[in-house]
Amino acid sequence: MSDTIAASTGDTTQPPAGNERRISGVSIRLEGVTKRYSGQGKPAVDAVDLDIPAGQMVMFVGPSGCGKTTLLKMLNRLVEPTSGKIFLGDEDVTGQDPDQLRRRIGYVIQAGGLFPHMTVATNIGLVPGMLKWDKQRISDRVDELLELVGLDPEVYRDRYPRELSGGQQQRVGVARALAADPPVLLMDEPFGAVDPITRQRLQDELIRIQEELGKTIVFVTHDFDEAVKLGDRIVVFDVGARVVQYDTPEAILADPAEEYVADFVGAGATLKQLTLTRVSDVELIHPQVTRAGADAAEVVRQATAAGEKYVVVTDRRGRPISWPSVAELSRVATVPDTVDEKLPVVGLRSTLNDALDTMLAASQGGVVVTGRGGVAGVMVVETVMAAIQRTREEVQG
Amino acid sequence: MTASAPPGAQAYPETEVDDADAQVQAPARGDSATSRGAWRGLLVQPVLVLLGVLAFVVWRATAGLSDTESRQLGWDALSRSIVDHLWLTLVAAVIVLLIGIPLGVLLTRGPFRRATPFVLGVANTGQAAPAIGLFVLLATWLGFGFRSAVVALVLYTVLPVLRNTMVGLQGVDARLVEAGRGMGMSGFAVLMRVELPLAVPVILAGVRTALVLLVGTATLATFISGGGLGQLIVTGINLSLDSLLFSGAVLVALLALAIDWLGRVVEHVARPKGL
Repeated sequence: MSDTIAASTGDTTQPPAGNERRISGVSIRLEGVTKRYSGQGKPAVDAVDLDIPAGQMVMFVGPSGCGKTTLLKMLNRLVEPTSGKIFLGDEDVTGQDPDQLRRRIGYVIQAGGLFPHMTVATNIGLVPGMLKWDKQRISDRVDELLELVGLDPEVYRDRYPRELSGGQQQRVGVARALAADPPVLLMDEPFGAVDPITRQRLQDELIRIQEELGKTIVFVTHDFDEAVKLGDRIVVFDVGARVVQYDTPEAILADPAEEYVADFVGAGATLKQLTLTRVSDVELIHPQVTRAGADAAEVVRQATAAGEKYVVVTDRRGRPISWPSVAELSRVATVPDTVDEKLPVVGLRSTLNDALDTMLAASQGGVVVTGRGGVAGVMVVETVMAAIQRTREEVQG
Repeated sequence: MTASAPPGAQAYPETEVDDADAQVQAPARGDSATSRGAWRGLLVQPVLVLLGVLAFVVWRATAGLSDTESRQLGWDALSRSIVDHLWLTLVAAVIVLLIGIPLGVLLTRGPFRRATPFVLGVANTGQAAPAIGLFVLLATWLGFGFRSAVVALVLYTVLPVLRNTMVGLQGVDARLVEAGRGMGMSGFAVLMRVELPLAVPVILAGVRTALVLLVGTATLATFISGGGLGQLIVTGINLSLDSLLFSGAVLVALLALAIDWLGRVVEHVARPKGL
């Protein structure tokens, strides 16, 4: 993903070694797409040409008012282009019925845009309903999607959006956009309204989902860190949606095309390299992992034998729920199933930046790292420090 | 009838999606508790109305009445007056709904928005004009009788329904409308499945206001031979028979309260879940 070769050379996508990615997305091509509002001298979007390869996550960044959101909305024709052509795959969709087109393009907005008077299941089932799926199929699909975005269907299916936290609403928003398995997903600053920790978890989830599904995702954000973390490629826009640079995050950080980009990237670019290093790139510690309900004495014995001070406890699905010390466990008969709401957790695809943030927010010296199969290990703050040191030396040397 | 102030303005819905993640997982128990509280509030009004009816019936059965009085207040004559009154109210209400809601919807759609000031102006004039003047003017034009009375009532009460429909629809978060369109719902589907359901509480508040206005204003129909409970009041005044005058007034008041209560119950029941 992030080791894709430079964008300008075209479509030869190099999947990361050892990871055969499924790609269910289609490419998007813009040709001279322009939006002119009457009464305004300059066009809001001025003759944009852009190639977005299938299965990639492309980030639109730029100052507010630069036309990036307008451009995004022209992709699903919420904004009708004044001129120019839009292709999905090889199909020219510029003249297609917008309602039909939009059912093939998932759309996620800030706070999820869930309908407050409909349950989670109804919200997610809207597009399949419009596509005339039968009830059983819709209900199965809803459960599948809730699982995918990390919400227990039994618990959340019949809730109303009001009964969900901001982060949960956003997850349902993503599930709703994916409902009819569209090849393309448009996301308009989806994580702008949630707190930093929740945002980071949602980003991790999105990366995981994208690895699983391989959609073509166009993601508008004003947060350059977010763009670096999530994007296979980043498009930096200036006023009139002028494409200033279109490249991989690494290339943009290393070699900004213009001073404008350098300004936008910001002075902390050295530290931003931390957003380029993923947790999976560094050495993890592998602690004792146990399930809630296990015999505590046995766990304590094993942990002591291995010389561990802490034990990671997971729920039935293998998701970490708490991180007690061996001393704490030796005081109880069975491993408790209490969920520690403040447990610092990051995904393998999280950046070191996120991991550090999470540790600081939880006031802990380490984080539990989860991968696809459950707990992948634990990362400690020393690892991050070492990485910062290394980056510094690289920059100075 | 001091309802000429724009109704429904306070009932503006909180469609804003709350960013406060603090109130996560609104506990179901608290929900049913507030709803129980609301129901208790809804119980007071019908009890008062029933007490009022009871008091009237007892008075009617025991009071010594003259011939003229008992003719007018005979159960037959009385029930005919009440039925007439309700019929007038009902017909006018149905027409008000059929005009007010679709017109309100239309005036919040695309190009028709421009007509909003004009239509609201007409509706405002309808309500600002003294009701009695409206009745008489229409009667001289359309002739005396039921039909003119209905037209006058409609003109007089369409405003709250129209305005609340518009306010309710305008209060729906624009982002939700866009989300609906963005997922491929047609404009009509968004209206039916998102906008109208979310506007229901405000629209119903307008409908209730209109109904209460109608019950009260329908008393004026008697001046143009439209029938109803107004007849009792007018006869009472003309013949200086206080018993008739008060009977009419009390019955109209009880009717208005009863209908107001019905409206509240409907509002409570029809309020979309999840809001």
